[in-house]
Amino acid sequence: MAVRADMLRAGAAGLPLTRKRESLWQDAFGRLIRNRAAVVGGVIVIVLALTAIFAPVVALRPYDQQVLDEHDSVPSWLLKVFPFMSGYVSLNEAYPLGSDYVGRDLFSRLVYGARVSLMVALIAPIISLLIGATYGSISGFFGGRTDNLMMRIVDILYAFPTLLFIILLMAFFRSTFAKPDTGTFTYAVAQLDQRMGGMLFIFVGIGITAWETMARLTRGQVLSVREKEFVEAARTVGSSNIRIMLRHILPNIVGPLVVQETLTIPTYISYEAFLSFIGLGVNPPTPSWGIMISDGSRVVRTYPNQVLFPAVALAITMFAFNFLGDGLRDALDPRLRGTQ
Amino acid sequence: MGRYIVRRLLWLVVVLLMVSMVTFGLMHAVPGGPFDREKALPAEIMANLNARYHLDEPLVVQYLRYLYDIMAPRLSHSPPGVSVLDDALINMRVGDSSWVKWMNFGPSYVSRNRTVNDIFRDNLPISFQLGFMAIVLAVLIGLPLGMLAGLKQNTAWDYFGMSVAILGVSVPVIVLGPILIAIFGVVLKWLPPTGWGAQPPYVLGIFPSKIDLEFFKYAIMPVFGLGFAQSAVIARLTRASLLQTIREDYIRTARAKGLSERLVMTRHALKNSLIPVVTVLGPIFAILVTGTFVTELIYGIPGMGKYFVTSISNRDYPVIMGTILLFALLLVIANLVVDIVYAFLDPRIRYE
Repeated sequence: MAVRADMLRAGAAGLPLTRKRESLWQDAFGRLIRNRAAVVGGVIVIVLALTAIFAPVVALRPYDQQVLDEHDSVPSWLLKVFPFMSGYVSLNEAYPLGSDYVGRDLFSRLVYGARVSLMVALIAPIISLLIGATYGSISGFFGGRTDNLMMRIVDILYAFPTLLFIILLMAFFRSTFAKPDTGTFTYAVAQLDQRMGGMLFIFVGIGITAWETMARLTRGQVLSVREKEFVEAARTVGSSNIRIMLRHILPNIVGPLVVQETLTIPTYISYEAFLSFIGLGVNPPTPSWGIMISDGSRVVRTYPNQVLFPAVALAITMFAFNFLGDGLRDALDPRLRGTQ
Repeated sequence: MGRYIVRRLLWLVVVLLMVSMVTFGLMHAVPGGPFDREKALPAEIMANLNARYHLDEPLVVQYLRYLYDIMAPRLSHSPPGVSVLDDALINMRVGDSSWVKWMNFGPSYVSRNRTVNDIFRDNLPISFQLGFMAIVLAVLIGLPLGMLAGLKQNTAWDYFGMSVAILGVSVPVIVLGPILIAIFGVVLKWLPPTGWGAQPPYVLGIFPSKIDLEFFKYAIMPVFGLGFAQSAVIARLTRASLLQTIREDYIRTARAKGLSERLVMTRHALKNSLIPVVTVLGPIFAILVTGTFVTELIYGIPGMGKYFVTSISNRDYPVIMGTILLFALLLVIANLVVDIVYAFLDPRIRYE
C-alpha cells in the first residue's frame, strides 16, 4: 500500500500508522452507502420488498375480489388529473387508484404485483448464477478440450434469439403441463406452478436462457486467478480440486459475478412483464404489472389510470435496480466507475 | 483475416444447424398440432391435411425435408407465386418456362394462402425499417450524449446525460409504448396511435417506396420507444470509453507537444474512444432484433412480431422455424460484422 500524506502526519504525531482494518465487503459497503443514487435505489427496493412481503396487510382487499357493478370506477382526485374522464366515469372513493374492468381494486393488485416482479428479481439471478457459475468454473478450471467444447456450446446458445426462445419454451411448458394425470411427476410440477401462480415456468424459462453470459464471465475470471500463487500454494499443500475451487478461487471472483447479475435484474423484470403482457406469463388472476399494463392499454383512451400506475411502478422498480446495480459495481470495483 | 472470416462463416452454418435442430425438436414436443380444433376434424380430413404437409412422416424425415427444401436449389416448371408448397425466396428464370428455385421456407399452415417467404417479403421489411431507424436514432442520441458527458465529467452536462441514460435503460418499451400512445396518439391526437406507414411493394425489397411526413408520423413513436433505451447503452459506454482514453499516455504526449485542447480532444481522444463503442453494436443489434418484436406488438405494426406469437399458439411450424432461424442468422452475422469492423478500426487486434 502506498504511504499516504495523512498517514505520515499521523506517524509524526505518534498515532498508530495503520488504518482500521476493513474487509473487502465492509469497504465496498462503505462506498455503496456514500453513493446517493445507489442508496435511493436500495431504499426503494427495500420498500418494495416490504410491500411484497406484507402485501395482505398493505392491500385493501384480496387481489382477485371482483365487484362487477363497480368496474372501471375512479376516485375523485383522479378526475383532477384527467378532467376528460368526467363525462362517463363512475366515481367511487373506495378505490384509491380506481378499479379495473371487472371491478378489482387497482391499488391492491399493484401491491400484490410487486411480489411477482420481486420474486423474478430474486430467483432469476440465483438460477442464472448457479448454472452459469458452475458451468463457467468447470470450463475455466479444467481448460483444454473440456473448456473448448463447453464454450462452443455456449456460443451456439448465444445465437438463439433469447426472447423468442423463452416464448417458445413458455408455450412448451404451458401446454405440456396443462392437463396432467394425477400422481405423475408432471402433475406435481404443474401443481407447484399452480401454487406459485404460474411463476415457476417463468423462472425456468428465464433461467435456461440467461446463464450463458454468466458462464462466459465466470470462465474468464477463473482463468485469470487459476494461475495465481495462492492457488499454486493450495495445490502444493494437497488441496483437492473442489476445495481449491470453493475455498480459493470462488471467493476471489464472486464480486464481478454478483455485480453482473444485479445489473441484469432489470432485464429479467422486463422479460417477466413482457411475457405476462402477451399472456404467456403468470396465470390470471395472479396480478403481474405486465398483465395490468396489457389490460390497461386496451382502455388507455377512456381510463388512462389503469395503464399509468402499473407502468410507473414497473419503471420505478427498474430504476431502483439500475441505480443499485451501478452503485454496487462502483463500490466493489472502483476502477470500473461509469463503464457499461 | 480471410481465413478467419471463412472459419467464422463455417461456424455460422454449424450454429444455424444446431439452432434449427433444437427449435424443431422443441416445437414438435409441444403437445397438439396445427389442425387441432375445439371440434375435432373428421379423421379422413385430418389424415389428408397431415399428408399434404408431410406431418405424418417421422420427425427426422420431416426435419431433413425441411432442410432440403431450404438448401437445395431446384429446377421447376411452374411459375413463382402459383403454389404455396413451391414458393422459393430466390427465383431465377432459365429458358421460357422453367425457373431455378432456391430457399423454400414452406407454407404457413394457418394463413392458407401465404407462405413463410410471403411473410419474409411483406412483413420482414417493416421490421427491418423499424429496427434500422431505431439503431440510427440510438447512435444519433447516444454518441453526442456520451461524448458530452465524458468531456465535461462531473458537471451538470455529465449528470444530465447520465440521468437520461438511466431513464432510458429503466423504461421498457411496454411502459413507454402505452404512455406515448396515450399522450400523443389519444389525448393530443398528433400521431396515429398504431400502424405503419409503408406497404409492399418495397424498393429493393426492403425500403419503403415513399418516404414522406405520413411515414414518419407512424414511425416516430415506435422508433423512439425502441431506440431511446439503446441510446442510453451507447451513451454510457461512450462516456466510459472517453474517460479511459483521456487518461492514456498518448493524450498526455499530445498535450505535452503543445496541441490545443480542442485538437487533442477531437483528433486524439474522441476518435480513439469510439472504437470500443463499435463492439456494443453487436449486442445492441441483438436486443433491437427482439425489441422490434415487442414494439410491433404494442404499436400494432404488421412486422414479423405479429406472426411469431400467433404461430406458436397455432403450432404453425414453418413460421416458427422461419422466424427463429432468420433472427438467429441476423444475430450471428451482426456479431461477425462487428468483429471484422473492430479488427479494421483497431490495428492492434489480429485474428488468426
